[in-house]
Amino acid sequence: MTTNVTTPATDAPAGQETARADSAPAAPTAPASALAEAPATGTGAAPASRAASPGAGRSTGRTGRAPSAVRQAARALGRWLRAAAVRSAALVALLALWETAPRLGLVDATFLPPVSEVATAWWELLGNGQLGQHTRASLARSFGGFGIAVAVAVPLGLLIGWYRPVAALLGPLLEVFRNTAALALLPVFVLLLGIGETSKVSIVVYACVWPVLLNTISAVGNADPTLVRLARSMDLSTPRLFQKVILPSSVPAIFTGIRLAGAVSILVLVAAEMIGAKAGLGYLINASQYNFAIPQMYAGIITISAVGVAFNQLLVTIERRLSTWRVPA
Amino acid sequence: MAKIVFEEVTKTFPTKDRKNRRNKEEFTALDGIDLEIGAGEFVVVVGPSGCGKSTLLDLLGGLTRPTSGRILLDGKPITGPGLDRGIVFQQYALLPWRTALGNVEFGLEATGVPRRERKDRAREFLDLVGLTGFEDRHPHELSGGMRQRVAIARSLAYDPDVLLMDEPFAALDAQTRESLQDELRRIWQRTGKTVVFITHGIEEAVYLGQKVAVMTSRPGRVKEIVPVSFGARGAGLQGEDLRSSPEFARYRHEIWTLLHGEVARAQQLEKEEATV
Repeated sequence: MTTNVTTPATDAPAGQETARADSAPAAPTAPASALAEAPATGTGAAPASRAASPGAGRSTGRTGRAPSAVRQAARALGRWLRAAAVRSAALVALLALWETAPRLGLVDATFLPPVSEVATAWWELLGNGQLGQHTRASLARSFGGFGIAVAVAVPLGLLIGWYRPVAALLGPLLEVFRNTAALALLPVFVLLLGIGETSKVSIVVYACVWPVLLNTISAVGNADPTLVRLARSMDLSTPRLFQKVILPSSVPAIFTGIRLAGAVSILVLVAAEMIGAKAGLGYLINASQYNFAIPQMYAGIITISAVGVAFNQLLVTIERRLSTWRVPA
Repeated sequence: MAKIVFEEVTKTFPTKDRKNRRNKEEFTALDGIDLEIGAGEFVVVVGPSGCGKSTLLDLLGGLTRPTSGRILLDGKPITGPGLDRGIVFQQYALLPWRTALGNVEFGLEATGVPRRERKDRAREFLDLVGLTGFEDRHPHELSGGMRQRVAIARSLAYDPDVLLMDEPFAALDAQTRESLQDELRRIWQRTGKTVVFITHGIEEAVYLGQKVAVMTSRPGRVKEIVPVSFGARGAGLQGEDLRSSPEFARYRHEIWTLLHGEVARAQQLEKEEATV
C-alpha cells in the first residue's frame, strides 16, 4: 500500500506550477502533529481500559489475590502497549515523513502535499458527499464482481477438481488464463461490452475467478485419500462425500484463493475506473489529477488503501473463524 | 454358521511397465484365498509386508472387487461397501475439523440416527473407549492412541456386525499399543463383534487372535490357520503375565517359524524389484 501512496508523485506532470496557489494553502502545523499521533494514542488507550477493567473486576471479587491480579493486568497492559507501539511504528514514521518532507522542501509540495493537507481535503470530500458516492460506486462494482466470481469459481473448481481427467485437460489452459494479466484484456472487454458497468464488473469477475478456481481445484485434489476411503467404506453418496468431507477439508485452501481475489478485485477495478468511468475511486483519482486537485487525488488513494486493508482484514477474520481446527503450524 | 467366507478369492492388478508399455503384466496380490470366519470370532491375519493383507481388507470392506472367486457375508456375496462393516484405518482417518464427538457422530449420520440420539450415542461410545472428558477436543489436540480410540468408537457407534482393522496400532508406541490391545479385547468381549485384524506383528497376533491366519509372501495365500487358546487366559492372566507365559512363547515360535521363510522371500522379491 505504501507504494501506492508514493508513486503517483513521480507520475504527476512536471512543469505545471501555475496551479500551485490553490493546492498549497499554508496549513497550520498543529493538526498535522495531532494527526500523526492520533493512531498511536487512539489504539493504545482503548484496549488499555479494556485490559484494565477485567483485572479490576477480579481484584474486587477475590480480595486475597487482589495485588497479583492488578500486577498481572498491568503487565498485560504493558505488553499490549508495546505490541501496539511496534505494530504502528512504521505507519507513524511514514506519516511523519510524509508531513515533514514537503514542509522542509525535500520534495515539491505541489506534487506531494503534506499529509495534513490531504487529510483536510479528505474531510472536505467526505463532507460534501463526493467521497461516499465514489466509494459506493467502487464497492458495488468490486463486491459485485468478487461475489459473482466466488459464486461461480468455487462450485466449478469442486467439479473440475473431482474429475481428475478434466483437471488434467483444463490445467494448462487455466494456467494461461491466470497468467494473462487481466488489465491487458481490458481493451478487449471494452470492445466487446462497451464502457458501461458490464465491462467493469466483468473484468473484476475475470480477474477474481482464477485465484479462487485454481485454489479450489488443487484443494480438492489434495483432499486426504484416507478420508475419502473412509467415506467410501461407509457407503456415502458422492454429494454427501462432498458436503461432509471434500468441502470442509478444502475450506482453508479455498479461502487463500478468496483472499487473493479480494485484493485483486480492488486493484483491477481502480485501474478499470481510471480508463473509462464517471464515478468510482479510480475515476476520482484520475479526475483529480487532471484538474490538478492534488490533495484530493491523495485522499482518493488513501481511501483505496483503507478499503483494501479493511476488506482483507474482514476476509482474514472469516478465514480464521472457519479454520480453527487446523493444526497450529 | 460362518459369518464370512472367502471362496477361491483372487485379486490381480494391471501393472504399468515403465520401460515398455506394451508388455502388460499382471500383478497378483491374492491367489486363491480360502478362509472361514465364524460369527463373533476374533481373527488376526498376519503376513510379510506386501503380501496383500490390506487388499484382503479392502475386498471385505467392498472397496474393491475380487478378480475371481467370491466373498460371502452372512451367505450373501459382498458387492460394495456397507455399514454392516466398520473399518479402522492405520492412519486414524479422523476428520480434523471435527471434535472427537463430531467424529463419532460422523458414522451415525450415515445411518440416519436422529440428531438428538446421535450425541448421546457418540458420548456413550467415547465412554466405552475411555475418552470421557475429551469430547470437545480436535484430533490435533489428541495423542495418537487417543485418536485411534476415537476412530474405534466411530466404527463401533453405528453398530456394524464386523469390525475390520488395518494395522490400527502400527503407528503407536509400544506402551500405548499394549494398552489398546487390552482395551480392544475387552470391547470385543463386551460387544460380541466379529473382528478381522490385520497386522505384521507376531506378538500382537498371538495376543489378540482366537485364530491367526498366516499368509505367504506374494502372491498372497493363506499358509496356515493357527487356532490360539490359552489356558492361562482362562485363569485371568493378562498383559505381561500372559506374554511371558510358556504357552504364549510356544504360539509365538510356531507362527514365527511359519512366517520366517516367507519374510525372507518377500525381502528377496523386493530387492529384485528394486534392481530391475
